[in-house]
Amino acid sequence: MKSLRLRLFATLLAATGIVWLTAVVWIYVGSRGEVEQVLDTRLQEAARMVASLASGFESLPGKSAPAAIAQLGSYERQLSCQIWSLDGRMVAKSSGAPDQQLSSASSGFSDRTIDGETWRVFTVEDAGHNLRVMVGDRLSLRERLVADLIKGLMLPALLIAPLLGAAIWASVGQGLRPLRRMAQDLGDREPDDMRHVQADQAPIEVRPLANALNGLLSRVEAARRHEREVTAFAAHELRTPLAGLKTQAQVAMAAEDPKVVRGALEQIVAAVDRSTRLVRQLLTIAKLDADAADAPRSTVAVGPILAEIVADTPKHDGTVITIDASVREMVLDTNADCLQLALRNLHENAVQHTRDGRIVWAATPNSLSVEDEGPGIPSDELDKLGNRFFRGRLRSPIGSGLGLAIVKLALAKIDAEVTISNRTGCRGARSELTFPVRT
Amino acid sequence: MRILVVEDDPILSDGLRTGLSLTGATVDAVETCEEADAAIAASRYSAVVLDIMLPDGSGLDLLRKLRRRRDATPVLLLTARDSIGDKVSGLDSGADDYLAKPFDLDELAARLRAIVRREGGRAAPMLVHGSIVLSPADLAATVDGRSIRLSRREFAILTALMERPGQVRSRAELEERLYGWQEDIESNAVEVHIHNLRAKIGKDAIQTIRGVGYRMGAAL
Repeated sequence: MKSLRLRLFATLLAATGIVWLTAVVWIYVGSRGEVEQVLDTRLQEAARMVASLASGFESLPGKSAPAAIAQLGSYERQLSCQIWSLDGRMVAKSSGAPDQQLSSASSGFSDRTIDGETWRVFTVEDAGHNLRVMVGDRLSLRERLVADLIKGLMLPALLIAPLLGAAIWASVGQGLRPLRRMAQDLGDREPDDMRHVQADQAPIEVRPLANALNGLLSRVEAARRHEREVTAFAAHELRTPLAGLKTQAQVAMAAEDPKVVRGALEQIVAAVDRSTRLVRQLLTIAKLDADAADAPRSTVAVGPILAEIVADTPKHDGTVITIDASVREMVLDTNADCLQLALRNLHENAVQHTRDGRIVWAATPNSLSVEDEGPGIPSDELDKLGNRFFRGRLRSPIGSGLGLAIVKLALAKIDAEVTISNRTGCRGARSELTFPVRT
Repeated sequence: MRILVVEDDPILSDGLRTGLSLTGATVDAVETCEEADAAIAASRYSAVVLDIMLPDGSGLDLLRKLRRRRDATPVLLLTARDSIGDKVSGLDSGADDYLAKPFDLDELAARLRAIVRREGGRAAPMLVHGSIVLSPADLAATVDGRSIRLSRREFAILTALMERPGQVRSRAELEERLYGWQEDIESNAVEVHIHNLRAKIGKDAIQTIRGVGYRMGAAL
């Protein structure tokens, strides 16, 4: 059943019905026993009374004295009475009593069917007066009595039933109101309204639902905020170089001093170089995003790749780059292109942030690390590293905010990971690549 | 006009510095909110060109901070975001104007002149004092309808004096208008410029108030 209200209503109604029916059966069985006992007692008393009356006559009235017997006939509706002589002659009977003998038993209770009707009979024998008194009533009558009793009980209950149903229906509706209110509150919201529903005011049963909903709202809100941030950062990183280019071009057009013109043109060249790098990085990301398949692997010596990167990357004069012997011996079963992309971007980061100082590459069998002596990374920015277009407070002037995103994407292709932290005990940042253990 | 450019992109910042100088402005450039805050507290700027996304925070936060301490320096926001919502939040944070990147340098210069003019309580684009008329938009000056050639710095001094003709401007004030941080100030530069100006627009056009500074002479 889809409706909670209908379900509760049906359950409650069924439960109430079962309780009622049980009560009715109980009362029926109990009452019948009670009624039988009462009526049996009545039969007994009536038989004894008639017997004692009959024994009062010295000689019984004639064989045919129905008029006298007829006086007793006021019982005809419920009780029938017969008086027999011990030798089997009918002495008297109440009006309406059957002519056939009511019981074949000589004394006590017995049941007999006469003309299709079952009689319950009590017989009293008076040997002294040569009499046998039988008093009986019809079982159907007894059944009707019990049925009337049950009917009397059931009728008001059946009349009340619709009222009870309506009451249950209304209470269930009332009980479900907090749910309806919450649904309405959520239904009326604007699409970007991520306020939490008020879980502490909800009933205890609804609270887990409200809490789960709030959790979901928080996650959706965080995802949307992240998306908005990336879009904003992207717009900034893409439009700022364009603004620089346009401004410098306009300066070159407006300036009369050849020195100023030349300066502006040089800036334009630098801006185009930077934009070229940005475009190259964007294309790299697009390519890494598009290739769903794992990169093909081969045996790759890390040393030569790193040496080439170091030789290609311009550095500040005061910077000393050391590649530890452990790196030269390192051989990995991996994809050379992905590894090279990750190493190149990490090395460029280290070089850009180290004006004066040492950059050291070192390796263990399953990891490769680079440590620089740059300014490090503000601790609140550590978890944002690798977000596309994110550039921290200590950004380098030529960064684009894409380098670490590329590193992460490239490493994901070869099941490797990067951990970036601040060095302990000295200035600078440390990036550590961990590679899967070969089995 | 002395302008502070707050922009962390070196190429754009350089372009703004050079480009705005060509329109007669004196330009200082900083890269972060913190530096901008210190610069604005230390010197009087005619206007600030403020990028929103700066390395150490949002330009909008800096703007709100300025307005909270009742700094009324006109601010033009530069931003990569150009949705209506961004513009509204920028202007509501206390900005005087708003340009989306990439922008036109001439438009930026014109908008700066406009917000500076409004800040000075003037609506007309020309500065007029007697027979002297200055047009800051094209750095043109006329006396009695006659066009005269003024150097960039002479024009800046005359503009400063004509903005409030009755008010005396001290030498230090004029020097601040003329020179950015990077430039060395020659000790008698202002005197030299005033001397040259008098030769071009008339001996009595500028009065010297001894020990205080300079102001415009009676309007002719």
